[in-house]
Amino acid sequence: MKFSEKWLRELVNPAISTQELVDQVTMAGLEVDEVEAVAGDFGGVIVGEILKAEQHPNADKLQVCTVSNGSEKIQVVCGAPNARAGLKTAFATVGAELPTPDGKPFKIKKAKLRQVESFGMLCAASELSISEDADGIMELAADAPVGMCLREYMGLDDRVIDVDLTPNRGDCLSIRGLAREVGVLNKAPVEFVEAGETAPQIDDTFGVELEASEQCPRYVGRVIRGIDPKATTPLWMVEKLRRSGVRSIDPVVDVTNFVLLEQGQPMHAFDLDKLSGKILVRMAQQDEDLKLLDGSDIKLNADTLVIADDNGAVAMAGIMGGDSTACTEKTTNIFLEAAFFTQLAIAGRARSYGLHTDSSHRFERGVDWQRQVNAVERATELLLDIVGGEAGPVTEVACEADLPKPAQVTLRHRKVNSMLAFEMLAEEIEEILTRLGLGVEKAGDDEWIVSVPSYRFDISIEVDLIEELARVYGYNNLPVRVPTASLPFKADRESEVSIDRIRRNMIGRGYQEAITYSFIEAGLAKKFDDQYEAVALANPISAEMAVMRTTLWPGLVKAALYNQNRQQTRIRLFETGQRFLPQTGEAESDQIKQQNVIAGLITGRRQPEGWSADASTVDFYDIKADLESLLALSSATDQYRFVPAEHVALHPGQTAAIERNGEVVGYIGALHPSLSKDLGLNGDLFLFELCLDTLRDGVLAVFNELSKFPESRRDIALVMDEAVSFEQIRSIVVEQGGEFLQDVTLFDVYRGKGIEQGQKSLALGLTWQHPARTLNDEEINGAVDAILSTLADGLGATQR
Amino acid sequence: MENIQTLLAEGEAAVAQATSVQELDQVRVDYLGKKGQLTALMKGLGKLSAEERPAAGARINEAKQALQDKLSARKYDLETAALAERLAAEKIDVTLPGRGEELGGLHPVTRTMQRIEQFFAGIGYSVEEGPEIEDDYHNFEALNIPAHHPARAMHDTFYFNANTLLRTHTSGVQVRTMEKQQPPIRIVCPGRVYRCDYDQTHSPMFHQVEGLLVDKEISFADLKGTLEQFLREFFEEDLEVRFRPSYFPFTEPSIEVDIKRQDGKWMEVLGCGVVHPKVFESVGIDPEEYTGFAFGMGVERLAMLRYGVNDLRLFFENDLRFLGQFR
Repeated sequence: MKFSEKWLRELVNPAISTQELVDQVTMAGLEVDEVEAVAGDFGGVIVGEILKAEQHPNADKLQVCTVSNGSEKIQVVCGAPNARAGLKTAFATVGAELPTPDGKPFKIKKAKLRQVESFGMLCAASELSISEDADGIMELAADAPVGMCLREYMGLDDRVIDVDLTPNRGDCLSIRGLAREVGVLNKAPVEFVEAGETAPQIDDTFGVELEASEQCPRYVGRVIRGIDPKATTPLWMVEKLRRSGVRSIDPVVDVTNFVLLEQGQPMHAFDLDKLSGKILVRMAQQDEDLKLLDGSDIKLNADTLVIADDNGAVAMAGIMGGDSTACTEKTTNIFLEAAFFTQLAIAGRARSYGLHTDSSHRFERGVDWQRQVNAVERATELLLDIVGGEAGPVTEVACEADLPKPAQVTLRHRKVNSMLAFEMLAEEIEEILTRLGLGVEKAGDDEWIVSVPSYRFDISIEVDLIEELARVYGYNNLPVRVPTASLPFKADRESEVSIDRIRRNMIGRGYQEAITYSFIEAGLAKKFDDQYEAVALANPISAEMAVMRTTLWPGLVKAALYNQNRQQTRIRLFETGQRFLPQTGEAESDQIKQQNVIAGLITGRRQPEGWSADASTVDFYDIKADLESLLALSSATDQYRFVPAEHVALHPGQTAAIERNGEVVGYIGALHPSLSKDLGLNGDLFLFELCLDTLRDGVLAVFNELSKFPESRRDIALVMDEAVSFEQIRSIVVEQGGEFLQDVTLFDVYRGKGIEQGQKSLALGLTWQHPARTLNDEEINGAVDAILSTLADGLGATQR
Repeated sequence: MENIQTLLAEGEAAVAQATSVQELDQVRVDYLGKKGQLTALMKGLGKLSAEERPAAGARINEAKQALQDKLSARKYDLETAALAERLAAEKIDVTLPGRGEELGGLHPVTRTMQRIEQFFAGIGYSVEEGPEIEDDYHNFEALNIPAHHPARAMHDTFYFNANTLLRTHTSGVQVRTMEKQQPPIRIVCPGRVYRCDYDQTHSPMFHQVEGLLVDKEISFADLKGTLEQFLREFFEEDLEVRFRPSYFPFTEPSIEVDIKRQDGKWMEVLGCGVVHPKVFESVGIDPEEYTGFAFGMGVERLAMLRYGVNDLRLFFENDLRFLGQFR
């Protein structure tokens, strides 16, 4: 909320500077965002009156004005089209200094404009940094005292303070509320503006019925007849409104806005002659039509409270008035409304129509439920003063049963002490609460019954009071201590691999950790996954961020592309995070599986470019080694298998499903060349993705006795069909090698000279060792023979 | 026997001429080997009389020893020279860069998050995680933010449907923890959170670490002490810290914590407060028996302050030139 410091100080004026005031309210929980002077730093500008305005002899768009400064007549050349005889305006006399954007004052000197002398300058509001208004020179009121310093006349030595109020402090959304708070903090008296009762001059009333009394427990109205439609809003009010960020419209609207700012009670004025029958406060009918003041046509929802007359809805209650009953420049008879709409009745409604008004902002946060009559009286007083007319009696329709009850809250002294960790004196507690305007009554040794005034509707439980005590006492004055507690040991499964260890392993292998968005473009999601239909956001921020990823690959690939476009060719990235897999579960909570995964991507050179580095580029086996190092962290490598597979995003000949104990837990492979081309990537990319929980689920190491006996190694070279996989060979070797076969190493894969087309040669080193004796040649030869014959029979693999 | 001296002189000359260990070894064989010339003289001793024999033998041994000494000395010289030559030949440019893989790095957000977790783990907090797609109850209702509460406007929420949303904070994890565990509770909840807001200073996805401590007799003072210490440890600086009243529906009193920057300006770094009794009621903890405090901090903001990063968007562009600055 923006407010004028000067206005506030009319009610409460502690002897502190602007900065001290700002710091004080900030530290009391009313955080100040910005402090801004209401006008530029200028001097020498006075109220001038144009006595004569004549066409400039040498320029079409200029006029030569004779301006009075109160004692002399001065010639000023002016280019503003609204310069005319009789106008009172801002007159920068010779020697005046005007504000400029760079802060260096602009000095007004005697000048010659097209051969005509000019002694000063007539100013637009923008030229004095009063407002953005550059549309002609300022038009001051007819009664503005000629010759008076403009700063003084307009009260421009003032600052606008913008305070960012939290939703619980609706009571401070008015000058009245802010003044109360400043009074409490400074122990300073506050002169609240309380309107007296205006005695009715006429008997006219307008009927009001509360159908929805739960939503609107109180509705106060008043008829005022015979207002002057030509009256204008006085400068002081225009300025107060402007400094609160509200534009002056016409006196009636300005007064209702002024009362809202001053008293915190939103109001509305209907054109009485456009209302028919009586006011009915009711819920809207579904799809009921209402044209609002701002010209928009609304189809109302049934959850919206409306003010209606016999012809239908005339206002969206507490949000905005309707167009058909709005006051215009022809309005002479009005009906004023000040109602108490409950928070629940208004909350969220404006937003649901894409609206947000000063009125809805206040009702959503709550208003003082006893302020309506005063608001109407205050508005009456102001209106009669500005636009004249005759007021009818105030009519109040209220439903006592639905009105809030004055709250009574029990406060326990020991609770205060234990929560704030110090002994707050009873006198101090009573003093602070009393200062806040709360009624304090002792109820036993340790307790008080605190009655809460209607404007502090945010206080309803004990802790609300303790917060107030802490806030007024000062959070920074409260003691500091460090909690103590007994610390039980935490369960820590040693076999579980920490995410940190996994990340560090990737880093050690040259990977950079990336963090990509969890939401991606729908089309991209499809290209990477044809198994799951990605879950879509109802209100995405853009098409690029519309669906929840079902794999981390699109994000990583996009990051690779981003880097390739910035001349990076060797890229190694990994990410850990959730992927979101839609499920066909019954319960809502089962419909999306949120799974932690780790994904990696490599492309470019195998080694960083260097004077002795291998210049070749990465292939499948590079990323596979990285992945295998992760599997090794779990000591459960034996449980994993790489099975040839297909995946929509991957090269059909270079894809493996990663299985653990037969269950697919991830994929690894080369990015499909067409997808790579489609995305505009350079070179081959290799990817893996693996379920993180699986990876983290490791096996505890178990010691194996070291054999004291020598090991024996036999190397075998085999020739076989290309289609035979190493895994097929390996499993037969392990199966036939006997229990003392310790190790199988593939040390060569050969194709070419000496091997037929369509065949390949694998060379394996097999190592045997017995724990308790030396194995003899016969035993080993027997195992080798068994291996060779089974390979030959089963896979057609022959010894080379 | 006169030729002992001649042989010795010849041998010594041969030793001096030898230019390699191999040549030197040949000299040894020629003179001192089984068939060597000095060795041969020993064989001639038999022809001498018994009286002459010891003296002659001694002379031969002296000569042998003399030659052996020359040999050893020469061998040492040759070996030393050969080693020096080898070492000179093997000199390399030690300033050339090393070979092999370069070190990658952790994302600065992860790094910051881990640091925060470690501080709290050190004083007995455990790390809890939870779902990012959350239901309205755990993200709002259970935290005393009913439908239409104005505080909801502070959380620009991404929805899937009326009841399912992307969590706007990790507080849901606190609720889930309290639902299944009675106090004492000490947890931190790190993770991704989402708000429907995108500009220079807002990212639709960012990271938070929230913490919760619930126990008997936990006060406002404990909260102040914990966070003041944390901030000083985190920034490794004896910072000025201030506690400013604020409002969160799930805590009361609610606090925003500011630190004083070098330029003298206060900057907000985290929000916290004493757990609201309604939150305890919704998870079945007796607010009369237990009190607690909760806090939450934006990881990107802390990382920006810590490392001097000046643009939030850098965290999610994954530019290697940016990421490579953190290890």
